[in-house]
Amino acid sequence: MLPEALNASLQKKISSAEHPRELVVDVMLDLQDHYGYLSDEALEAAASLLDLTPLEVEELATFYTFIYREPVGKYVIHVCDSVVCWMDGYESIQDHLCAKLEIKMGETTADGLFTLLPVCCIGYCDRSPAILVNRKVYGPLTPETLDNILVELRTEAG
Amino acid sequence: MYPRVLFKNRKPDRIASMEEYRASGGYEAMAHVLKNFSYKDVRKLMLDANLLGRGGAAFPAGRKVMTVADDAPFPRYLVCNADEMEPGTFKDRVMIHADPHMLIEGMIIEGYSARAEKGIIFIRPEYESAARILDREIEKATAAGYLGNNILDSGYDFDLVVHRSGGRYICGEVTAQLNALEGKRPNPKQPPPYATEKGLWGQPTVIQNVETLVCIPHIIRNGAEWFRNLALTETGAGTKIFCVSGKVNRPGCYELPMGIRLSDIIETHAGGMREGAQFKACLPGGASTAFLTPEFYDIEMDFETLKKAGHRLGTGAIMVFDHRTCLVAATLNLTEFFARESCGWCTPCREGFPYLRDLLWRIENGQGKEEYVSTIKQMCHHLWNAYCAFAPGGIAPIESLLTYFKDEVDAHIREKRCPFK
Repeated sequence: MLPEALNASLQKKISSAEHPRELVVDVMLDLQDHYGYLSDEALEAAASLLDLTPLEVEELATFYTFIYREPVGKYVIHVCDSVVCWMDGYESIQDHLCAKLEIKMGETTADGLFTLLPVCCIGYCDRSPAILVNRKVYGPLTPETLDNILVELRTEAG
Repeated sequence: MYPRVLFKNRKPDRIASMEEYRASGGYEAMAHVLKNFSYKDVRKLMLDANLLGRGGAAFPAGRKVMTVADDAPFPRYLVCNADEMEPGTFKDRVMIHADPHMLIEGMIIEGYSARAEKGIIFIRPEYESAARILDREIEKATAAGYLGNNILDSGYDFDLVVHRSGGRYICGEVTAQLNALEGKRPNPKQPPPYATEKGLWGQPTVIQNVETLVCIPHIIRNGAEWFRNLALTETGAGTKIFCVSGKVNRPGCYELPMGIRLSDIIETHAGGMREGAQFKACLPGGASTAFLTPEFYDIEMDFETLKKAGHRLGTGAIMVFDHRTCLVAATLNLTEFFARESCGWCTPCREGFPYLRDLLWRIENGQGKEEYVSTIKQMCHHLWNAYCAFAPGGIAPIESLLTYFKDEVDAHIREKRCPFK
């Protein structure tokens, strides 16, 4: 069940929209923030809030890069692997992350803190190699700066 | 030094506030237009200024608005394309972080010329910080009376909102973006009808790129001739924000006159090639353009000059490769991008890019055969049959690899390894 407050805020947003379905990405992102990912329950909630079928929401949820249909960690790390980051050695950044977190790309650490995902050019080519952590950018990176970032995030998580 | 127009208020660490934008003459153009110009005057001025769309397609901005018929129905929409997912491109992000009110003013004027009552900024999720800046500054502009009903007592109403995307390259394509805005799967649609006739929710819709829109207030204030004269070439007009990345000393965004030489951009502005690096090639305007080789090193960077040379300026995102970078591997990376980002709607694109990626992977990894070259050419040819412009863009680097760097491809096949490793 959706918490009362979240349900009310989504209802309010939707009722002020001229065409409710234009808010589908916003609604999915809000629900995802609450559940940690877009669970089946969240997907069905989105559909009923927007008067869409679950299938209509599903075809959007699985289409977009930043909607997660499977559980992810508290911090989703997107590693840019497009051409400029490639030129500047994203592969060593990716290898370092995998080694440090002891997971492969696409996996989540056992403590549920980190998920590693590849992503296409994030538009920070002046700071390559770059990554996003929960949509916040870091770069240019070296293995050393990467270690510091991981320490900071672990501290922040408590 | 060349004049800075779009970046005149750019600061190293923060945005220009609304007060700072106003102090530099901001919102004067809008006030002037609303008081003294008809919507047709604005359209004509943009056409005279030769303002070409900066999102990559270079379509004349004035002509686009003119396709909104006088008797077209209301409501009409103006969409600002801030999706900017072309690899190597980050000018719109830098622009929004530099001077968000320039975009807001540009949208109000463009909205007026289309007689639109609602503006929407479509922005990619990677630019959440820019989206938040826009949310906040739109609120300030509304409180100042620049947005909303009866702007500055002119009788013109215009509201502006930010729409966050879920993140896919295809959403930058106009018709796909309209589907995305309507909460549908963002497949491209084939015109007609064109967006200016039946766009968002079936209503007339004008879509312009961020950089196109920020030029508009300056054209209003200084005139069409002034704008054309900003360019160094006869065929160009205005300034261009070039995003330079790759093997240069100072990657970044540089606002320079349209028509400036590529060599000048790299050497004078981007700090030259990194130590020990020699210029081998660059992609002049994102991943959907062809490699420019050293023979084009002094080319004048404007839409028309590149077109005449068989190339495209695209978004003006210059990605520089040096002599130690394997262009087969670079092209493999670019093709991986297109394989992953293909929306999957049409067969040539959905099937073609993974096929091309596999062939390039084999060549790069020492498993290439001579006949692959002709297979790649044939497959590129098939991709011209794809539904939208995504695929013809995506094969540009592959075709130019075979045109300009065939020796490098052959060496991979002959030696059964990548000579750069």
